[in-house]
Amino acid sequence: MDRDEIRVAVLRIEGTNCEDETVKAFREFGVFCESVHLKQFYSDMIRDKEQRTFTDYNCLVFPGGFSAGDYVRAGAIFSARLKSVLQNDLEDFIKQGYPILGICNGFQVLVELGALPGFDEDRPIAEKPEMVLGINDSNRFECRPSLLKHENRGKCIFTRKLEKDVVMFPVAHAEGKVIFPKGKEKEYIDGLVQNDQIVFRYVDTKGSYAGYPWNPNGSTYNIAGICNITGNVLGLMPHPERAFWYPNTDGRAVIESALDYLGRI
Amino acid sequence: MIADVYIELKEGVADPEGEATKKALRLLGFKNVKSVSSRKVFRIEIDARSRDSAEREIKQMCEKLLINPVIQNYQIRWVE
Repeated sequence: MDRDEIRVAVLRIEGTNCEDETVKAFREFGVFCESVHLKQFYSDMIRDKEQRTFTDYNCLVFPGGFSAGDYVRAGAIFSARLKSVLQNDLEDFIKQGYPILGICNGFQVLVELGALPGFDEDRPIAEKPEMVLGINDSNRFECRPSLLKHENRGKCIFTRKLEKDVVMFPVAHAEGKVIFPKGKEKEYIDGLVQNDQIVFRYVDTKGSYAGYPWNPNGSTYNIAGICNITGNVLGLMPHPERAFWYPNTDGRAVIESALDYLGRI
Repeated sequence: MIADVYIELKEGVADPEGEATKKALRLLGFKNVKSVSSRKVFRIEIDARSRDSAEREIKQMCEKLLINPVIQNYQIRWVE
């Protein structure tokens, strides 16, 4: 696929607020990228020229923000709306191997949706959520740079062009603590490691796993980002699109990797 | 019919909101406070033929949206 054939949608609903910078980052690489409201995919109140389907795109991004005011739980309402009208389309999209990126609130949406951790290749969206991004241990909104060790061995299509071992992406969230079902933590972590689904883990300046404040939320196994079993769905709490412009450009590789991957299919 | 759906964290799950509230209450001089935990309540008014069928429907609501079963439990209490 040539660059000019690539079409990226940044999905939003009420309360999403990082769509503009995300669109700008993708466009920087010369691809078509637009921010699309979820209702453009299903509502009959939309003008013809604004109606969309998932088949219009080959990359989807769930951006940061506070979708639906974070009511019920962060990401829960966005994911419920997706599930009610677009679950099959989304499953097809994942099965076809197209990239889906969830940043911060977008990660929360993918987790609530059951698309992450995404252990089942044949059923890329689980019936029930299998993990949680819970309230930070500090009970505060943590907004600052975070250091991330890149641990993926090649499965995640979003980090194949990442050359650095440790990158800096800022975090800005109140609910980012990865929690797995009680008593099954080891099983989940082992599974993620074995399947090469761990992508980023919080570290300190020496590159060692460390507690607060390096791990801003108390996340299990210092997890900052994971991908699904097929590597084409990535969710992460830190914001790569906020580490995009000089002098902090570590995040560019995430978008570039996805576009490079698309260029090869 | 009206039901209150109480959503609470499962045992052993950290409750930073409850902990922070407890700390603040003790700072305010409420030294007798032993523990504080957070709850969320949704009051749902529903049309149904019977309480049983309403309860079945509310259970589905919990499973589909209101709780994340990894960390939360729910209880239904009928108001009327």
